[in-house]
Amino acid sequence: MLRIDNLHATVGGKEILKGLSLTLNPGEVHAIMGPNGAGKSTLGYVLGGRPGYEVTGGTVTFRGQDLLALDPHERAATGLFLGFQYPVEIPGVSFVQFLREALNAQRRTRGEESLSGGEFLKLARAKAGLLKLDMEMLKRPVNVGFSGGEKKRAEMVQMGILDPALAILDETDSGLDIDALRVVGEGINAIMRQQDGGPDKAVLLITHYQRLLDYVKPDFVHVLAGGRIVKSGGPELALQLEAEGYEAVAA
Amino acid sequence: MNQVLALPTTHDEAWRYADPAALAALDAGELDQWRDITLAPGEATCRVLVLDDASPGVQRLRLTLAQGARGAMFAIASASAYTRLEVEVRLARGAHFEFGGVTVGGGEATREFVTRVIHAEPEATSNQVVRSVHWGRATGNFLGAVHVARDAQKTDAAQNFRAILLEKGASANAKPELEIFADDVKCAHGAAIGALDDTAGFYMAARGIPPEVARRLLVRAFIADAFVALEDEAQRDDLLEQAVARLEGSRL
Ligand SMILES: Nc1ncnc2c1ncn2[C@@H]1O[C@H](COP(=O)(O)OP(=O)(O)OP(=O)(O)O)[C@@H](O)[C@H]1O
Ligand SMILES: [Mg+2]
Repeated sequence: MLRIDNLHATVGGKEILKGLSLTLNPGEVHAIMGPNGAGKSTLGYVLGGRPGYEVTGGTVTFRGQDLLALDPHERAATGLFLGFQYPVEIPGVSFVQFLREALNAQRRTRGEESLSGGEFLKLARAKAGLLKLDMEMLKRPVNVGFSGGEKKRAEMVQMGILDPALAILDETDSGLDIDALRVVGEGINAIMRQQDGGPDKAVLLITHYQRLLDYVKPDFVHVLAGGRIVKSGGPELALQLEAEGYEAVAA
Repeated sequence: MNQVLALPTTHDEAWRYADPAALAALDAGELDQWRDITLAPGEATCRVLVLDDASPGVQRLRLTLAQGARGAMFAIASASAYTRLEVEVRLARGAHFEFGGVTVGGGEATREFVTRVIHAEPEATSNQVVRSVHWGRATGNFLGAVHVARDAQKTDAAQNFRAILLEKGASANAKPELEIFADDVKCAHGAAIGALDDTAGFYMAARGIPPEVARRLLVRAFIADAFVALEDEAQRDDLLEQAVARLEGSRL
C-alpha cells in the first residue's frame, strides 16, 4: 500500500526527516509514537504534499504510484487521507459544500460520476451518525467555532465520506473526552477495517497515548525520533513505551 | 461660480490613490454630475450598482436620509478601466446607511469606492463593508470618511475593509478618515490586506479539492461578506455570482 524509503525532508531550510523508512501493507494498522518535535506531523505533511515541506531525498510509493510526483489533491484522489492534528477553520464555506466539492472532485479525478446533492446528503448524514456528530453542525462553516473534540470528530466524518484507502491520522485522539474517544475509535474501525469483500485499507495512527490503541488495535508500533524510525515492534511496544518512556525504550 | 471646472489630481486627498493618467482623461463637466436620492422620514431603499465595462469612469451619488430612513447600497466595481464610485450620505436622526462594495479585477486599472458619511443628527447608524480582490497590476481602494456633527450623540458608525491580492503586482489601499465632533459615539474601522490563506488551501487540497476550485471557494466566501446585509436573497446571490464571474481571467 505505502512504501517509504529513506525519506529526507526539510522545513524552512531545516532537515526534519532524516532517512525515514516505513512500509504499510493492505489490511494493516500501524502506530507511530515519538517525542514532541520528532517529525511525526512533518511526515504526515510531507506525504500530503504540503507546500514548504521539501523532499530532499528518498522515495514514496503509494498504491504502485510515485506519491511525491502527484499534487496534493491528486494524492487525496488516489486514496490518501490526512487527519490533521490541528484542523483548519474556513469561514464562509460550509462543511456540506466543502465535502461535496471534495468528494466530487476526487470522483472526477478518478473518472467517476459526481454525486447529486441528495445522494451526497444521504451519505453525509450516515457518516455523521456513525461518529455521533449532529448533522446540523455540517451546515456550519468548516471547523469555525467547533470545540477541539468536535473538530476531531468532524475529521473522522470527513474520512467516512471520502472513504480513503490509507488514512494517516495525526493525534486524532487528542482533545477527545472519554466517550468521544470510544466513538472515534469505533468509527475508525468501521471506516478503515476491511469489510467482507471490501477493498484493502491501511491506517497510520500518530499518537502519544495507548488509549486510542485500546480501540484501534495496531499490528505494528514504531518509534519516530530525530527524523527516523528508531524502533519497531508489535502492540506491546506501545505499552512498554507508556510504562517506561522514550528515553528508556528507544535511546 | 463661473470658474472653469478643474480636474482633480492625486494631490487632492480624496483622489490620492487614483490613477493619474485616467484622471487627466476625465471630462470635468461630466465629473461634476451628482445623482441625488432623497428619502422621506421612515422611507427605505436598496440600490444595487454594477460598475462594469458598461459604466466605467466616475459615478457620484448623494444620499439624503431623513429621520429614521434606511438607505442601503451594494456595488461591484469591476470595469477594465479606472472606476470610481463616490457616495456622500447625510443622515438625520435615527437614520441608517448600509454599504457593501466589492472591487475585483486584474489588468492595470484602479477601482475605488469613496464614501463620505455625515452623521448630522443623533442616533444615526452606518455600516460599510468593502472587499477587494485583485491580480495583475490592478489596485483596489476604499476611502471612507465619517463625519459626526457636534450634536450627533449615540452615533454608531462602522467601516471594514479587507483585500486579497492574488498576485505580487496588485495592490490595495484603505484610507479611513474620522472627523468626530460629538463625544458619545462609536466609530469602528478595520483594514487588512493579504494573500489567500495557504493553510486553508492545503487543507482543501488534502481533501481532494484542486487549487483552482479551492481558490474560487475561498474568494467567494471572502467577497460574500460585502453582501450579507443585502436582504433579498435572490439579489444577493446574483450579485455574488456577478462578482465571482469576474475572476475568470485571473490565475484562479
Ligand atoms: N517552518 C518551520 N521551520 C523550522 N522548523 C520547523 C518548521 N515547522 C516545524 N519545524 C520543526 O520541525 C520539528 C518537527 O515538528 P513536527 O510538528 O513534525 O513534530 P511532531 O513530532 O509532530 O511533534 P508533536 O508531538 O509535538 O506534535 C520541530 O522541531 C519543529 O519545530
Ligand atoms: Mg505533531
